[in-house]
Order: sequence, then C-alpha cells, then structure tokens
Amino acid sequence: MDNNWLYIGLFFLVAPLIPALAILAPLFLAPKKPNKIKSQIYECGIETYGETWIQFKVQYYIFALIFLVFDIETVFLYPWAVAYNSLPLFAVFEGVLFIIILLAGLVYVWRKGDLEWV
Amino acid sequence: MTGMDSLFLIFAVITLISAFLVVTTKNLFHAALWLIMTLFGVAAIYVLLNAFYLAVIQVIVYIGAIAILMIFAIMLTQRVMNPSGRIFNKNWIIAALLGAFMFIGLVIISMQTGASKTTLPQISGQLDTVSELGQALVSPNAYVIPFEVASVLLLAALIGAIFVSRKR
Amino acid sequence: MIPTTYYIVLSALLFTIGALGVLIRRNAIIIFMAIELMLNAANLAFVAFTRMYGIIDGQVFVFFVMTVAAAEVAVGLALIVAIFRTKHNIDIDQLNNLKG
Repeated sequence: MDNNWLYIGLFFLVAPLIPALAILAPLFLAPKKPNKIKSQIYECGIETYGETWIQFKVQYYIFALIFLVFDIETVFLYPWAVAYNSLPLFAVFEGVLFIIILLAGLVYVWRKGDLEWV
Repeated sequence: MTGMDSLFLIFAVITLISAFLVVTTKNLFHAALWLIMTLFGVAAIYVLLNAFYLAVIQVIVYIGAIAILMIFAIMLTQRVMNPSGRIFNKNWIIAALLGAFMFIGLVIISMQTGASKTTLPQISGQLDTVSELGQALVSPNAYVIPFEVASVLLLAALIGAIFVSRKR
Repeated sequence: MIPTTYYIVLSALLFTIGALGVLIRRNAIIIFMAIELMLNAANLAFVAFTRMYGIIDGQVFVFFVMTVAAAEVAVGLALIVAIFRTKHNIDIDQLNNLKG
C-alpha cells in the first residue's frame, strides 16, 4: 500500500465538502425575499418551455460510442508504450497493426459522415 | 482489525449496497448513478489488491465511457426512464431460489481452489506491473493473438453499433 | 492481512446480485447494467487470484473482459435504442414477436 493513495482518499473526502459548502453557505448568509418572478426557473434569460427530461438526439450516443472504442484502444496501447523500450521490433509492429485496424474504423466513421454534427 | 481490513470492509459494503440498489431502483437514471458508485467501489478494491493500473482503467473505461453510454441510452429512451407499473417480472421467487443456489455453489467451488487457506502474500516494494502487462500483451507466446483479435472486435462493434443506431 | 476468500465471496455476492437483476427486472437497460455487474464480479475474482498467485495473466484477462464488455454494451444499447424507435417500448416481457 502506497502512501500516495492516502492523498487520493483525502481528495475524495475534501472534494464533496467544497460544493456542499458552496450550496449551504447561502442558506445562512443570503436574505430571503422570494416573489413569483424571482422563483421562476431561470434558463438563459428566456422563459422555459417543455419538460426537463427531454429526448436526446441520437448523435450524442454515436459520439459516446466512438469515444468508448478509442478509449479501450488507449487502455491497450498504454502498457505497450510503457514496455516499448524492452520490446523486440516484431512486437512494435504488432502494436502498429493494432492501431491500423482501429484506424480503419475511424476512416469508416469519417467517410460516412458520422463525425459531422447535424 | 488493521487499517487495510477496515478499508476492505467499507468498500465491500459500499459496492454491495449500491449493486443491490442498481437492481432494485425504479428510476433508470438513478440506477445508472448507483452503477457508477458500484464501479467506483470495485476500483477501490482493485487498489487494495495492488492492481493500480486496472483501478485507473476501471475509472476511465467503465465510469468514463460505459456508464456514460448507458446514461445516453437512457436519455434516448426517455419515456421508459421512470416506469409506472411493476418493475419486476412474475418469476422472482424462482429467481431468488436460483440466486441463492448459485451463490452457495460459487462459494463451494471457490473454497476448493485453496483460496481459503492462503492469505495474500506481501508484495515487497513497487512492482512494475504496467510494463509487465505490456510485454504479456505483445509477446508471441502469451497474448498477441487475443490482442489483435480485440482490435478486430472493437472495429466490428464500432461499425455495427453505428450502423444500427444511425437514422435511416 | 485479509484472506483471499473474502475477495472471492465479495465477487460471488456481486455476481449473484447481477444474476438476480438479469432474472427479475423487466427493463432491458437495467438488464445490461446487471450484466456489467456480473462481468465486474468476474474481473474482481481474476484480480484477487492474480494477487494470490503472483502471476500477471489474470490482469491480462481483465483487459479482454473489459473489451468484450465495451463491445457488448455498444452494440446492445444501439439495438435497444433501435428497438425503442420502432416499438416505443423496451420492456422485455412485451418484446415477444419471435415467440413460437
């Protein structure tokens, strides 16, 4: 067990405190004089319309999908890059082949126009 | 009870409670948030098991990508996000029995591996597991074929999933 | 130190919760989440045994389990979204078109 993990534990203890403080402090500090207009939902200065839980566009999903696949690619490539100095030349080509196969996916997505935001 | 033991207990309880809530919560979005909590708990237990790189990729891949993908899918099917009516199906009694049997069976099998007799060996100093992993992934007499097949699988999944979800 | 058994029992419990989720829930996305729980339980057992025996292969397996989980989630959720678009429902008790 490394002592560095203590810092991360400390971080997880401190991290919720800061937003909690920011939310709780106005309860004690701010004056409360609500009226009808003030307590309306504020949305960039315009009146809100429709429901809060709206249907997302499918494009968000497609981008998350592309991100997921290349996220996994980095997970594989990072140990390969760390071990790079002690690898034979053959192993380097294997890593390159791995990248090329996934590059085909990127080219497919790009040529089909899924990277364009419509 | 040492510090390690109590840490394990805390993270195990967090993991199990949030896993239980994933399965029983009615609101789909809340279930996704509990899933993220469960994945964090598992990542913390990886840290206790000295699998530091796996803990990091658990956070990056599972929480950063898979859980987010699930939340997007929930947002795309929003009418069912907060379902009315029953959330469980009719055969929950049989399922509970089956689950109990499965748990007992799993524990009995894992007892026979000798895990019950051994405690975890002390690891001296800092291990360079990431470099070891990298060598195992591309070495011809270890995992090079699965490594390349993984990229083909990811390519197929990417193309297939995009083809299915694209508007036609 | 904690015996390896504790980790294995935790993994078995997590797997059982996931399996129950698959068996009793009616919503397809929750079933996917439960499958993720089961895969995580398997990963936990792999990592515990890696630590016990001191060989790296278990951790390599976790990589491939994660890859398969990612591919499965990507394609599966895309299918669910597509089904929702045509049938406006993802309750698996009502998706019985192929039932003989």
